[in-house]
Amino acid sequence: MSIYVDEKTKVLVQGITGRDGAFHTKLMLDYGTKVVAGVTPGKGGQEVHGVPVFNTVREAVEQTEANTSIVFVPPKFASDAVFEAAESGISLIVTISEGIPALEEAKIYDFLKKVGARMIGPNCPGIISPGKSKVGILPAQIFKQGNIGVVSRSGTLTYEVVNNLTNAGFGQSTCIGIGGDPIIGTNFIDTLTEFQNDDETEGVVLIGEIGGTDEQEAADFIRANLTKSVVAFIAGQTAPPGKRMGHAGAIISGSEGTAEEKIKKFEECGVPVAKIPSEIPELMKEQLGR
Amino acid sequence: MKLQEYQAKEILKRYDARIQMGEVASTPDEAEAIAKKYSAPVVVKAQVLVGGRGKAGGIKLAQTPQEAREKAEKILGMEIKGLVVKKVLVAKAVDIENESYVGIILDRKSKKIVIMVSPEGGIDIEEVAKKTPEKIYKAYIDPFIGLRPYTAQYLIRKLYDDPELIKRGILKLMKLYNVFIGVDAQLVEVNPLVVTGDGNLCCVDAKIILDDSALFRHPEFENWRDPDEYSREELEAKEAGLSFVKLSGNIGCVVNGAGLAMATMDLIKHYGGEPANFLDVGGSSNPQKAVKALDIITREKGVKVILFNIFGGITRCDDIANGLVEAIKQFKPEIPIIARLTGTNQEEGRRILKEAQIPCLLQWMKWSGKRFQSLHNMERRCPKAIEPRNLRG
Repeated sequence: MSIYVDEKTKVLVQGITGRDGAFHTKLMLDYGTKVVAGVTPGKGGQEVHGVPVFNTVREAVEQTEANTSIVFVPPKFASDAVFEAAESGISLIVTISEGIPALEEAKIYDFLKKVGARMIGPNCPGIISPGKSKVGILPAQIFKQGNIGVVSRSGTLTYEVVNNLTNAGFGQSTCIGIGGDPIIGTNFIDTLTEFQNDDETEGVVLIGEIGGTDEQEAADFIRANLTKSVVAFIAGQTAPPGKRMGHAGAIISGSEGTAEEKIKKFEECGVPVAKIPSEIPELMKEQLGR
Repeated sequence: MKLQEYQAKEILKRYDARIQMGEVASTPDEAEAIAKKYSAPVVVKAQVLVGGRGKAGGIKLAQTPQEAREKAEKILGMEIKGLVVKKVLVAKAVDIENESYVGIILDRKSKKIVIMVSPEGGIDIEEVAKKTPEKIYKAYIDPFIGLRPYTAQYLIRKLYDDPELIKRGILKLMKLYNVFIGVDAQLVEVNPLVVTGDGNLCCVDAKIILDDSALFRHPEFENWRDPDEYSREELEAKEAGLSFVKLSGNIGCVVNGAGLAMATMDLIKHYGGEPANFLDVGGSSNPQKAVKALDIITREKGVKVILFNIFGGITRCDDIANGLVEAIKQFKPEIPIIARLTGTNQEEGRRILKEAQIPCLLQWMKWSGKRFQSLHNMERRCPKAIEPRNLRG
């Protein structure tokens, strides 16, 4: 098993004819992901790396039975793409696009809940279940199949941590970047729930950062519901308050959302927090008693 | 994007929400003229993007136009929390019967729009939240349904008993909600919302923060950005597609990805150094971004060493290496640069750095003059950067 994506995942690429869309379609195909369709309005009938392109998601789903979509559409049109996917019966939507208006994100969240679809992201690197499927832009070579679940608000920091895990002999069940925006479709608790129910996952690495209270709520959730080991890392201990640190969601507002507060909360809930990324595999070894 | 009070009020006026009448002035002369026009008494209010203006002496009542001039003279040029006051709002004084608070935000936790009201107006709402949280009333708004009169009524009855005021209050809340949606705000706050002597509702102070990600659908605000919100370098970085935040240390960093950039800063601190900045070159792979990044950092005074920490995913190491080589040729930095390239096209990136034959690159073993090294492990690299000899002079 793994979470959210596996061998059965049939991927539709929204924005497949764009620069990033085409490039990552190739990389996903190389990894073995079943990319069955692409959508770009007005470009129906073309092919990108052998993948048929459709004008609408509805047509693509009817003809290819795609169940998952990845969105590379520019932010102006990205929310439209997500609504289209959800209305066309796609159950998992991975939104890579950065810069979607927050009010649109709130509407997407609401609508997806109503139709029973899930979004990962936006502003995220996507998801990979090593050896099974990659729906995202993560660099495949650093991942290895195994039993650690990784969930993170960041992209490249995730790669750093995964690289450390792989080098230390820890493969991964699923790695998921949930995105750096204040309003995201899938949060830490959703992901932790899935990891808890996944037979293949033995331990979970949670990578948080400043801003919001998602990590604090995750800490309470872990204490109450998780039997599996969790190791955490929080980025942004040196970040000044009131300044947005790259991600739209990475901002300390007033006194809320500091790294210090989050680290303290995890420690209170019995979750060890790594001081630097390279400590993560060590802490995981201790937790798993290896 | 944070708006000044006078800008926020301009928007409220466009949405027909009654505000305290007034205009903005940049000189004492203008302040006097405005005070005459609106027939004093007036309030002269510093326009800066920080709270606590009143306590800092940035808000003064003036009985006559002459007095408005004097107060403006005092307030213009004064410093409030590090920001110099360049403009004052001169607004007609209102007689205040009652003050309350209205705030509309997009709540991260519930992912809904939240409208908050409190009878405790005119003071910092965070203080109210701490001391008497029971005096803050909230309603969560489904973005598809919007604010309906029944919800507005529920909220406004927490503020007023008088039927006429309740009627007016409902209309006012609806207008403020329309502002929030209409301009794609992250925050619309009226504090205080005042009941005047003649029984009207008036927005005496207003704060609006616009969603940067939604500015593309509001070209009308393009020129509204206050130069004080970001430093010149931060704006320059923004234009080049970089995120840059200046900090107080002496170790510059250039990183791809916000999370890794924060982790790099933390790592520098962990090893006893102080980061000079946060800089995320972003996800795309344009060599010009690396050039611009080095341009901005080398101009910062006090930077003693620069770290490039790149973990290639969508960003390709060869693109960063090309940018770095070009930037070094262009700006000839006098300080050591330490680069770490890992991930997509790492071999190619490292080869480019080697073949560039830049003196500092070849001399890294000697550790003298301009130095440049390429280390591949993120944590082996950081202690190198903060070695005391790197930070000297």
